[in-house]
Amino acid sequence: MAEPATAREAAAPAVALLKDELDIVIPTIRNLDFLEMWRPFFQPYHLIIVQDGDPSKTIKVPEGFDYELYNRNDINRILGPKASCISFKDSACRCFGYMVSKKKYIYTIDDDCFVAKDPSGKAINALEQHIKNLLSPSTPFFFNTLYDPFREGADFVRGYPFSLREGVSTAVSHGLWLNIPDYDAPTQLVKPLERNTRYVDAVLTIPKGTLFPMCGMNLAFDRELIGPAMYFGLMGDGQPIGRYDDMWAGWCIKVICDHLGLGVKTGLPYIYHSKASNPFVNLRKEYKGIYWQEEIIPFFQQAVLPKDCTSVQKCYIELAKQVKEKLSKVDPYFDKLADAMVTWIGAWDELNPTGAALPNGKAK
Amino acid sequence: MRTSPSLLSLTIDSALLNLSNIADLSPLPDHIVLDLFLLPARTRYFLSSRHSTFESQLPLSFLPDVLRNSEIVLISETCTSLDYRVAISCFSEALYFGIELLFVFGKMSLAIRDDEIDIIIGAIRSDLTSFMNEWRPMFSRFHLIIVKDPDLKEELKIPEGFNLDVYEKSDIDRVVGSSTSVLFSGYACRYFGYLVSRKKYIISVDDDCLPARDPKGFVVDAVAQHITNLTTPATPFFFNTLYDPFTEGADFVRGYPFSLRSGVKCALSCGLWLNMADHDAPTQALKARQRNSRYVDAVMTVPAGSLVPISGINIAFDREVVGPALVPALKLAGEGKFRWETMEDIWSGLCVKVVCDHLGLGVKTGLPYVWRTDRGDPIASLKKEWEGVKLMEEVVPFFQSVRLPREATTVEDCVVEVAKAAKERLGSTDPVFARAAKAMLDWVNLWKSVGSISSSPAV
Repeated sequence: MAEPATAREAAAPAVALLKDELDIVIPTIRNLDFLEMWRPFFQPYHLIIVQDGDPSKTIKVPEGFDYELYNRNDINRILGPKASCISFKDSACRCFGYMVSKKKYIYTIDDDCFVAKDPSGKAINALEQHIKNLLSPSTPFFFNTLYDPFREGADFVRGYPFSLREGVSTAVSHGLWLNIPDYDAPTQLVKPLERNTRYVDAVLTIPKGTLFPMCGMNLAFDRELIGPAMYFGLMGDGQPIGRYDDMWAGWCIKVICDHLGLGVKTGLPYIYHSKASNPFVNLRKEYKGIYWQEEIIPFFQQAVLPKDCTSVQKCYIELAKQVKEKLSKVDPYFDKLADAMVTWIGAWDELNPTGAALPNGKAK
Repeated sequence: MRTSPSLLSLTIDSALLNLSNIADLSPLPDHIVLDLFLLPARTRYFLSSRHSTFESQLPLSFLPDVLRNSEIVLISETCTSLDYRVAISCFSEALYFGIELLFVFGKMSLAIRDDEIDIIIGAIRSDLTSFMNEWRPMFSRFHLIIVKDPDLKEELKIPEGFNLDVYEKSDIDRVVGSSTSVLFSGYACRYFGYLVSRKKYIISVDDDCLPARDPKGFVVDAVAQHITNLTTPATPFFFNTLYDPFTEGADFVRGYPFSLRSGVKCALSCGLWLNMADHDAPTQALKARQRNSRYVDAVMTVPAGSLVPISGINIAFDREVVGPALVPALKLAGEGKFRWETMEDIWSGLCVKVVCDHLGLGVKTGLPYVWRTDRGDPIASLKKEWEGVKLMEEVVPFFQSVRLPREATTVEDCVVEVAKAAKERLGSTDPVFARAAKAMLDWVNLWKSVGSISSSPAV
């Protein structure tokens, strides 16, 4: 568990689940060597690579992968003026990949994440676990003390009402990380040597009404159920804030999932996070976020979406309105962000024409 | 002891206030940030935040000369913003005096004395010999209260070598009167122990549970884990994806608001079960051979506003803070001597959670595990008592809809409000609810007369 699994140790599964229904979205600015590690698990799937930074640089993709690659020029070409909503010089640009994908499911991973090992030493097929999470129901209305009741060997506990045991559709599966934990800059500075070595063998539904910090390093979601809300905001170059892209998306999707009766799971699978980013650089990117989140979180905790918001897009546009109304006073950045949220939906609907008014996600 | 990172944001806050509007941090020298926040191995001196020097914001020149040119570590137990702001003003003083300051705000693990803990066992079966012997390494340090189920006819068999008090039917009748003693039959007998205990922390396990082993083969000290859960803060207002941030090797993740990182008091710790998990009779009957072998190495706070079925099989709580909220109230018509034939703990747990949410207290779930032995036949239990499962369809929506008034500021008041609401909204649905509501009121009265050690408000 202390080291990642090698490419040899990772054994390809007999059946690659959902291989024609899932895209793997990877933002990168350097290289994609890490894909060698993941080859047994990823090779059956289509990759969408979003190249951040200098578009004249060539990103080398290892042989044998089926992929499409987009750099900044492509983004500008495809979205035209709407390209302003896609961040530059920040991994937030990955959400462009969500928009252009034609598949039902998305898995996104950072290029410094490798295959982890479970306590028995076996290489973890993260994608397989995410798919299991997404294909089984969530239980947001009542907490199950034995965690995900749909896992092998588990079930609902005594006292859990039978009427709630069908669960609801799972929109998001949030995985975790061994080795370098996802700490903010102040915590990294205080605990530079801390490593996450605890393998918690659980998946659980985050209860309705509870917000959480969503990390984009190891994340899967049902694009049809929640895709339009997975906008990773305005970060990086020319923006006052960075490293809050996935956080922002996480708060938005949770409010919308709670409103639409969809579930969000967290826990397994683990990946092995290998690179600790520079805490001083992180601090400079994050520090406004550290203050702003004190205002942002109560905003999301109190956000109420009207009943007539029955699609993700409608919910998102409504949220953007509320962001403009209530958060602009925190900083003019939120005004820009609210506009970008609307632009994003416009771009999403353009690229995904049938999705203009998706019906309410129903419990399957 | 864990270090809290909150200082940095406030350091920067202060710097931003004092230096004219800075758009970015590059002017701040790296080495100052480095010296401030990296922990070297050597720690020369520490001062508790309770030290008046810091609370009254006196300048550092007050400190004895020996502290000059030393590293000073300030340890704050409470991690409140007030301490931080005081610390910030010390920071500027320190720069002036050329003292390198290290601020380490950590929650020192509270040293709990053994005499603050009661272990309370409800004896549903008479022969406790193997149970007590198995738990001896964990229990023998503490005072135990054993309450014999009033319906149990046989004499209790308890091995030697424990510091304990045993209560039987006659004792219960004497203390609460024979008309009220009906509250304490069956599994609910343990609540009598809760009532008469005078300790702060109570740990209670069913008499068919033994110590579990973790995946490495070590025996789990359930008592120690429960105490750790109760004496570290809970974090109900925002979910931490790395679970309990106060555990060794864990912390709050990126995106967790700093203002919520000090957490709230944990009032109740709900443990889990290996082997026979606490499923209801239909589930266990359907999956007759299913045994829980998954050891989930986590403790987490159940978020505020989220209800949870709290099993009574393996729990611990802070009696001073939340005692009256554990209510022996819901007695099923066919209630029996197997957990499949009861729902009293589920009702009690829902009541506790609602009260805790209202009063800003925390409830944790997860570790420790106990090993629950195979006992009984779920199908037989299902035939005997099947109402309980149906009743939950009413019970859960009821508790989800309970709103406690702002004026209910004590646990007793909250319980009375829940009882009133139960009587109004559920009383006519099934007589078992009307009886439960009355039992809750009786319980609160008992608590006031017999149970109170102090009547201080919960928080």
